Amino acid sequence: MPELDKSRTSLRDPASEPAWVRWLLIIIASIFLALFLVLPLAAVVIRVIQAGWGSFAETMTDRDTLSAIRLTFSVAALAVPFNLVFGVTAAWAIAKFDFKGKTFLTTLIDLPFSVSPVISGLVYVLLFGADSWLGPQLKALGFPVVFAFPGIFLATVFVTFPFIARELIPLMEAQGTSDEEAAITLGATGLKTFFFVTLPNIKWALLYGVLLCNARAMGEFGAVSVVSGHVRGKTDTMPLHVEALYNDYNTGGAFAVASLLAGLALITLLLRTLLEIRYGDQVGHGAGHK
Amino acid sequence: MAAPSSLGSWQWKQPSVIPGFGLTLGISLTMLTLIVLIPLAALVLRAGSIGIGGIFEIAMDPRILAALKTSFLTAFIAAIANAIFGTITAWVLVRYRFPGRRVLDAFIDLPFALPTAVAGIALTTIYAPNGMIGQWLAPLGIKVAYTPVGIVIALIAVGFPFVVRTVQPVMEEISRETEEVSATLGARRWQTVLFVVIPPLIPAILTGFALALARGVGEYGSVIFIAGNLPFKSEIAPLLIVIRLEEFNYAGATAIAAIMLAISFVLLFVINAIQSWSQRRFADA
Repeated sequence: MPELDKSRTSLRDPASEPAWVRWLLIIIASIFLALFLVLPLAAVVIRVIQAGWGSFAETMTDRDTLSAIRLTFSVAALAVPFNLVFGVTAAWAIAKFDFKGKTFLTTLIDLPFSVSPVISGLVYVLLFGADSWLGPQLKALGFPVVFAFPGIFLATVFVTFPFIARELIPLMEAQGTSDEEAAITLGATGLKTFFFVTLPNIKWALLYGVLLCNARAMGEFGAVSVVSGHVRGKTDTMPLHVEALYNDYNTGGAFAVASLLAGLALITLLLRTLLEIRYGDQVGHGAGHK
Repeated sequence: MAAPSSLGSWQWKQPSVIPGFGLTLGISLTMLTLIVLIPLAALVLRAGSIGIGGIFEIAMDPRILAALKTSFLTAFIAAIANAIFGTITAWVLVRYRFPGRRVLDAFIDLPFALPTAVAGIALTTIYAPNGMIGQWLAPLGIKVAYTPVGIVIALIAVGFPFVVRTVQPVMEEISRETEEVSATLGARRWQTVLFVVIPPLIPAILTGFALALARGVGEYGSVIFIAGNLPFKSEIAPLLIVIRLEEFNYAGATAIAAIMLAISFVLLFVINAIQSWSQRRFADA
């Protein structure tokens, strides 16, 4: 629409708003964002600076903090690959084939999004807790689930389950099947087709899904809180450790750990934005946000 | 897992030369069943063993009723605020070019990446009576932290991206020509916006609203710090589930969870119905 662009520079476009309305809306959106999103982030930084370097260093070298960091990274290091396998296989089956019940399956994959994180933890307590049939037997075998690592892992996988699949399915559906059909017809095996034909088309969306999944896996609070048992230095993850320090009135320590998590969130957003600027059409713009 | 042989014209799966259907569907279905379906079924079975009467009896506890009311009411108010401001933000991002637009766009997704506990303690320090904003509100007699107002603030913060990100792609698809036609035919700009631009966006706004509502009802991490958690006043339903679990009252926790799930599904069903109605009504326009 070149004519439209020209008219905008000279006369006010009749299909747009007067300048004062435009600026008013921009200011409203900016204030809203500043108040609810930027200010909390700034508050974390300010609190860490107020508490001082000594307090920050003390928290960071504390054994319980180090154990929480280690636990959070180990859980994410297992949960993200698990969801990667699920996301890729589910997207392959759903996007590359036509079968009855596809829509229903997609709805089931989204189920964890509509369940409260607390309920996501509760279901595992009901399955493996002290009150269940399975839990005490596993515990007797030396494999406790609830209030231990396996429970934290399961709850994390549950809440992050849809992330990668949701990122891939719309993109792979839009890309169609002709590339893969050509590769197969030319004699490539299924695995070869995936790694040399499909993967290059979806790698940025995949990375994007992994980033979001990882951020949520490391930051999950509600579900993990229910299954963890809050044993300091053992089953406290970073977000749980933030709560524990905060409830001890050790605000400086709480914000120190919180600043690590906030930094992680900012890195995630930065990488996300870079991916979108460089490979906007290949990350399925906006598709995975629902 | 292989597709059944073709029975006349009816086929479960369209034939394809691409391999791996059975394998990938098998792996993903197994994982879905183990991680999501069996645990949720355990909750439903457990609730079933308490019985509808039993759940109803537990639900009639005034403290639980109050918590459910707080959860759904605050989530509803926050979702409405997000529907309004989210639509404005999406509009600004799609239609206007101004310095800092990229930064604004990037920050929208912050709640998806920022852990809820971090948002929770940060919002609490801001809105506490001696906090950055709270100290200015306190002399006016406005208390935010440790009241239901604080819960609404936290839920607005965590639910903000949902409306923006569902409305934004639909807005990008709107052709400017209909607006030009409307202007040519003599409509004022506000009339065009109200009667031409907004109606086709309604299904997307409703979807975002429903997602924000669902998220708000279940939200825990960001709320418990700012809420103050006073029974009958600022206690949310998910917290009550946690309290019941800490008392080893599994039946009580299950009952509250079952009620929350039931109400959420009914709400989502109603919103879905409104959505498909408005889609039929507006989307073809």
